[in-house]
Amino acid sequence: MTAVHLAALVKRYGATTALNGLSLTARRSEVTAILGPNGAGKTTAVEICAGFRRADGGTVRVLDLDPVADARALKPRVGVMPQSGGVPVSARAGEFLRLIASFYAHPVSPAALLERLGLADHARTSYRRLSGGQQQRLSLAAAIVGRPELVFLDEPTAGLDPQARHATWELIEELREAGVAVVLTTHHMDEAERLADRVFIVDHGRVVAHGSPGELTGAERQLRFRARAGLGLDELLAALPAGSAAKESPAGHYLIEGEVRPELLATVTTWCASHGVLAEDLRIERRTLEDVFLELTGRELRG
Amino acid sequence: MSTFMPAPGAAPTGRLIAAQTTYEIRTLLRNGEQLLLTMIIPVVLLVLFGATDLLDLGPGQRVDFLAPGVLALAVMSTAFTGQAIGTGFERRYGVLKRLGATPLSRSGLITAKTLTVIAVELLQAALITAVALSLGWHPHGDPLTALLLVLVGTAAFSGFGLLMAGTLRAEATLAAANLVYVLLLVLGGVLFPLDEFPSGVRTALELLPISALAEGLRQVLQHGAGLPARELLILTAWAVTGLLLASRFFRWE
Repeated sequence: MTAVHLAALVKRYGATTALNGLSLTARRSEVTAILGPNGAGKTTAVEICAGFRRADGGTVRVLDLDPVADARALKPRVGVMPQSGGVPVSARAGEFLRLIASFYAHPVSPAALLERLGLADHARTSYRRLSGGQQQRLSLAAAIVGRPELVFLDEPTAGLDPQARHATWELIEELREAGVAVVLTTHHMDEAERLADRVFIVDHGRVVAHGSPGELTGAERQLRFRARAGLGLDELLAALPAGSAAKESPAGHYLIEGEVRPELLATVTTWCASHGVLAEDLRIERRTLEDVFLELTGRELRG
Repeated sequence: MSTFMPAPGAAPTGRLIAAQTTYEIRTLLRNGEQLLLTMIIPVVLLVLFGATDLLDLGPGQRVDFLAPGVLALAVMSTAFTGQAIGTGFERRYGVLKRLGATPLSRSGLITAKTLTVIAVELLQAALITAVALSLGWHPHGDPLTALLLVLVGTAAFSGFGLLMAGTLRAEATLAAANLVYVLLLVLGGVLFPLDEFPSGVRTALELLPISALAEGLRQVLQHGAGLPARELLILTAWAVTGLLLASRFFRWE
């Protein structure tokens, strides 16, 4: 069931176009990741969904309602975790979460949620004295304490240490199991690969590719190895099946693309043996979202 | 059944506002700078100038002149200075935006802020009255008339406090709100009678909201007058202007 439907969304700030025809769909019981470099328009898209901003063009439907016109009906049903802040600096963690919980009819127990997020010992600590990671977790807690149907999490794991990151991932998976529609933004491809049912890769304010992580990275594999720089690749290429590609980048790092079958591996190692080349770190790997992104945009994901 | 099984729903409006008000009062009373501004400074001024003759306050008991002025100062410190700075930083830190994503509506938030200001003013009035009485204050007049002046004064100061918080950067609000506080404290007839200024200047200063509130309260509480129409009119004009401008120009983020 569709929770969020954005079609041809346009948003301009003066001369800058933040969203340039962005379209995406998010469903219930799924995690939808909006993946892209900084400045790609991820936060703007979330803020339009949350009703903080109006789009200049296109369609926005959140739980089949309009985020601005139907704000009153939507607010109890949608949780929003902004990218940073949003909590009074002098507020104590427990006090703030209890306040937010008291706005809802059937909240999760604030104490249990603090415990769950490893903040129980900091319930009486003021927001300004929490570490960056603890602030992030409190902000996440405030977004889900009201038991919403849909949550928007803007970079939920930014600044978290690996342990806290995994705890957050588990919580997000539990939200999905419970039937919540989760929409998150990230520029970490591992986060999208691990969590997302559907990924929308965004660049320059529009979706450049979307699908499940498996669909996006495809079944394609590639072969990599390291050896001395400047091997004669033309000769190797001649030995490989048609449609393969070989390149050296950077110097001494070789990448063979094509249908990676046992025969191809044998051809490469045989060729290396006959040229006295020791292929180090030889490995067969799947393409990552990062590779996909690079291919689509020619840019690193971490912009 | 999972803890997070969706069960959306807003709490009743009354409970939302009560929760936000309780929270705001609690955090305000814990905030040292706010307490200094709203409680300590007014009481210190009252004691310092009420118990000594550092200032020439004209005929009559010094405290009878001072107490109404200090009450007016207390109203300004809470409704204008404190509210402008507090709300300005809430806006800067995205708190207003985040609260805007919860079932607490904007009007609910403003209602909670207003109730908070009134609650703090009640505490200030109790404290100042107790200290003034101990210094020999003999208030006159109808307390309800004084209350009416305080409420209209609160509306006037709140309007401009929120206008500042909702349009300027938080640091600019901090500086400007403090500057206005000091200027109005000195020029607004709180501690020094306005008769000491040249008459042209005096006429202008009498139009300030702090002067109107201090002078109005003085007429009632010191001289036992009825409703001070001129002062009430000045305060009403400030209140209408401030609230209109705030509702027109306040930006939530």
